[in-house]
Amino acid sequence: MTRTSKAASPIGEMITTPAKLPVALIVNGVEMNLQVAPWTTLLDALRDHLDLTGTKKGCDHGQCGACTVLVDGRRINSCLTLAVMQDGARVTTIEGLATNGVLHPLQQAFIEHDAFQCGYCTPGQICSAAGLIAEGKAKTSDEIRELMSGNICRCGAYPHIVAAIEQAMREMRDKS
Amino acid sequence: MINFEYVRASSVADAIRQIAAEPRAKFIAGGTNLVDLMKDEVERPTRLIDITRLPLKAIEDKADGSLRIGALVPNTDLAYHPLIERRYPMLSSAILAGASQQLRNMASTGGNLLQRTRCYYFYDVATPCNKREPGAGCSAINGLNRMHAILGSSEACIATHPSDMCVALAALEAKVYVSGPSGERAIPFADFHRLPAETPQIDTNLRRDEIVTAIELPARGFADHYTYLKIRDRLSYAFALVSVAVGLDLSGGTINEARLALGGVAHKPWRDPAAEATLHGQAPSAENFKRAADVLLRDAKGYPHNSFKIELARRAVVRALTQAAQGTPQSQSNKKIL
Repeated sequence: MTRTSKAASPIGEMITTPAKLPVALIVNGVEMNLQVAPWTTLLDALRDHLDLTGTKKGCDHGQCGACTVLVDGRRINSCLTLAVMQDGARVTTIEGLATNGVLHPLQQAFIEHDAFQCGYCTPGQICSAAGLIAEGKAKTSDEIRELMSGNICRCGAYPHIVAAIEQAMREMRDKS
Repeated sequence: MINFEYVRASSVADAIRQIAAEPRAKFIAGGTNLVDLMKDEVERPTRLIDITRLPLKAIEDKADGSLRIGALVPNTDLAYHPLIERRYPMLSSAILAGASQQLRNMASTGGNLLQRTRCYYFYDVATPCNKREPGAGCSAINGLNRMHAILGSSEACIATHPSDMCVALAALEAKVYVSGPSGERAIPFADFHRLPAETPQIDTNLRRDEIVTAIELPARGFADHYTYLKIRDRLSYAFALVSVAVGLDLSGGTINEARLALGGVAHKPWRDPAAEATLHGQAPSAENFKRAADVLLRDAKGYPHNSFKIELARRAVVRALTQAAQGTPQSQSNKKIL
């Protein structure tokens, strides 16, 4: 992590690339040890370093929710956090929701309700909904819509998304 | 994104030492605004000092009835904390009116205060902006200014402060605790953010070598008569065109004390003791609410695209005062405004 002083360049400041930093992430239950640049976002670490491309890069500015993952059980925008800041964290992505080949109730409900069209926002929608259900704050469809407002669906599948979440929420409550 | 070094602070004292050692370093906590600004090259720190592991995550109930909130408490944890929900529901409501649940899970209490304006031109490095580059000029004054200020603006800058949480903190008269090389000091909330005047590049009175450590809420939370009413272009996950935080102390049909703060209209949450004073000792009537709104907005000045905000703010103030007086605060999930 060394930086040279200003070079005599008219173009601007020349800096050497800071050394990569070690990061340990427990991704979908498996410990992963990475070497990343300080500016690597968690999203880029998942997609480009771990080949977990289920998590999508939509706007890359925290406005669309396509990059939503669970970190220590809470939903966040993985595009707005640095991988180095999450050292030691447990990360769950769309690839980690199914257990033993059985789809997560949300994944099954999204299929049954046809809760997508192009599918690009779907991993983020489902991870966000998993976070929403864990939070336990949404009881009504109004509350689901409000607390899912960080996930944009450009195809406009919202009514089916809300129905799918309501179904999964019921199923998960009945099981627990 | 820009390239930078990354280090962690091991204590508040270490954070203060590290920020002083590198003039172009910045603290990072939730990152929800800073990482975004770094991607757009609006913020270009050479080093980030990660403060997320500092022990500033407690919410302490103090003996004198006040509440001390650690600067690193996530926005979600603050909004849903039982003491906040019970004693300061206006603050809980304001937090839940802002951003999305993902962002609220990430964003810190201290960082919420320090977020930058969402003025389009501040974000667009291809356009002049006095806040980003002092002396360059303001593109918003003669440009698109629908989201911009109607109060307290200057020839140099008509940007607004984007926070919802801060509007409630202003109405509640919170204090901001900061630490620096010469120790800790408390800044009254009204003095924390600044109006743009000739130096719009300086958002707050926090010094460069200081760190926000806590927010203190005084005992009075106005839990019986409050509201946070936010008017925006879509029903959720949008910045306010106008928002109103109200707290009333009402007894026997008389207003003993009124707190009234506006968001989305100025470079800082807008409060005016003169407007609040018109309500003291008065009945909670539509006529008295209109008079308070007129006083609050007496110096309002519109620009080509945002003049509508003056009448919108006037009506929102009356509506919010009515909601608070009736004990029917605005729901943040059912968006019908009653």
